[in-house]
Amino acid sequence: MADWVIELKDIRKVYRMGEVDVNALDGLTLRVQRGDIMAIMGPSGSGKSTLMNIIGCLDRPTAGSYRLDGKTVSELQDDALAEIRNRKVGFVFQSFNLLGRSTATANVELPLRYAGVNKGRRERAQEVLRLVGLEERMEHRPMELSGGQQQRVAIARALVNKPAIILADEPTGNLDSRSGAEILDLLLKLNSDRGVTLIIVTHDSNVAARAHRTIKLKDGCIEEDYVSDAKPA
Amino acid sequence: MFLTQNLLEALESLTSNKLRSGLTMLGIVIGVGAVIAMLSVGQGATATISGSISSIGTNLIFIIGSTNEEITIRRPLTLEDAEAIGDPLNAPSILETSVMYSLSRIKVSASGETVTMAVTAVTPTYDEIRNLEMAEGEFISETQMNGRASVAVLGVTTAENLFGTSEGLIGETVRLQGQPFRIIGIQASKGGSGFSDADDVLYVPYSTAVSRLAQRSGEAPNRVDMIVASAVSASAVPDASEEIRQILRTRHHTDIGKDDFTLMTQEDFLSLTSQIMGVLTIFLGGIAAISLLVGGIGIMNIMLVSVTERTREIGLRKALGARRRDILIQFLTESATLSVFGGLIGIALGAGLAFLVGQIATATGNAFTPVVGIDSVLLATLFSAAVGLFFGIYPASRAAGLEPVEALRYE
Ligand SMILES: Nc1ncnc2c1ncn2[C@@H]1O[C@H](COP(=O)(O)OP(=O)(O)O)[C@@H](O)[C@H]1O
Ligand SMILES: [Mg+2]
Repeated sequence: MADWVIELKDIRKVYRMGEVDVNALDGLTLRVQRGDIMAIMGPSGSGKSTLMNIIGCLDRPTAGSYRLDGKTVSELQDDALAEIRNRKVGFVFQSFNLLGRSTATANVELPLRYAGVNKGRRERAQEVLRLVGLEERMEHRPMELSGGQQQRVAIARALVNKPAIILADEPTGNLDSRSGAEILDLLLKLNSDRGVTLIIVTHDSNVAARAHRTIKLKDGCIEEDYVSDAKPA
Repeated sequence: MFLTQNLLEALESLTSNKLRSGLTMLGIVIGVGAVIAMLSVGQGATATISGSISSIGTNLIFIIGSTNEEITIRRPLTLEDAEAIGDPLNAPSILETSVMYSLSRIKVSASGETVTMAVTAVTPTYDEIRNLEMAEGEFISETQMNGRASVAVLGVTTAENLFGTSEGLIGETVRLQGQPFRIIGIQASKGGSGFSDADDVLYVPYSTAVSRLAQRSGEAPNRVDMIVASAVSASAVPDASEEIRQILRTRHHTDIGKDDFTLMTQEDFLSLTSQIMGVLTIFLGGIAAISLLVGGIGIMNIMLVSVTERTREIGLRKALGARRRDILIQFLTESATLSVFGGLIGIALGAGLAFLVGQIATATGNAFTPVVGIDSVLLATLFSAAVGLFFGIYPASRAAGLEPVEALRYE
């Protein structure tokens, strides 16, 4: 029996730009299996980021329904969505988005703070930092880290609340090819070790090649959706 | 989330831009500092003034010309008025009276030194009524008054200005407008109290002054500036006041409600002082309110800038699960921290300033202790916290209301 972690049905997202409506997502239906690795590709402006934002509960669809981890979230209010983002979703951004003033540990602690965890927060953050291979850099600030290391901190941060899904919007876009490959390896390893569902937006077909499933977007619709046989689910 | 955690984060954020935080606090620092300094100097001054008023005696009544400018027909107070008031048959509640007549800018010289000062002409009862103590010699006597003797009693400061010492001067001569006066007494030091030096005085008999030093030509004979009357007891002051009014109304033929004289008792002085201090306090309160308002607007301004600058950070925090109130609290903590620190520095600055004023006052002979009251410290702290919170609300709610997607897209 299939275990859907994400169920999107007839999702529309309309942006009003003055007089014209832009259909960023145009009746999109998509289900993602728990533990899957899915790549999202497509030309710029095709709606990839919009889709990621809706999956990550950063934004609400204009129409359609969305169930995340068995719970309908398309109707929830701001604070309820904040809690979903906090507990179910881990974001990895292209530009890392770390707090420059804070150390790696403090950055990783942040989702725990918003979860209301007061005891053992530091230890948990450090544990995850070790997991991503940063035991030597835990008290460094982002400025003192390389791009690849910063992205590792971001991954640790995404991971610390044990989310059901990790959403990575072009996670290797700002990295050189070697650290990009390392980051990809790390994400894939987290998927296989911890069973976390992984969704990656990418322009890189090499990245997509390592995903189990790839969808291609065009004008807010899924144009192609194929599963590679080479990789087990 | 813990308050301490919020506080630490606010401090981290504020110290990451020290210059800006410092400048932002400056408004509050200066406002609170000025208020604390003025309040404590004011409180110290009130205490000193009340103290010196209390020392003038509870049973005294001072009579001067009317302070009401609408009274156009005025008869001056005279020596005869004082004698009439002092007559126990006219005024049974009054023990004694004395007069005071001030001669300004008299050239006083001795042993080569010359000073220009006000000379006070009095009747012999003046020392008893005003509680003057003699360090050496005697005060002016009845005989000297009647005989228009050229004698003088000096305050310690005056003596030192003229002779370089205040001891062993009995029998020496001082010249007033060139005329020789024999020193018969040195008044014991009254210490620095109030704002003019109570030891820089020179008394001469009233009669002598009128005949030999009178400078105001065309004045009524025996005119005086002030009559001082002592009631038989403190509780007799109201009766005594009424008796004085009756006597002076009859003697001056005043119309009803048009008294050409004013009575002042110790209680009047005290209530006048507290009135003045009350006005001063309202005035200071106004300054405080304005400067805190200005400081608060400064904080709001910088917080708005900070919210805009940190839009991405806010978006990120929301993506990581921050709720509206988490962001709200974060920014309110920052603005309140700014203003409370500003307030605390202001309190320290104000206390320092007040201390300095006290030091200067003491050095110039007006012993005076500024009082930094715990109440004004608490008030200032609470007020600056309230200012920070109030002016932080708008920027903070702007931050809290940002849409996460929009905020994350912000460049
Ligand atoms: N906040 C917005 N306001 C208006 N239009 C938007 C906004 N966000 C996205 N769009 C539009 O929606 C479409 C899809 O955008 P996006 O999801 O960012 O595409 P992609 O990530 O695939 O490049 C584009 O046409 C874009 O211009
Ligand atoms: Mg995009």
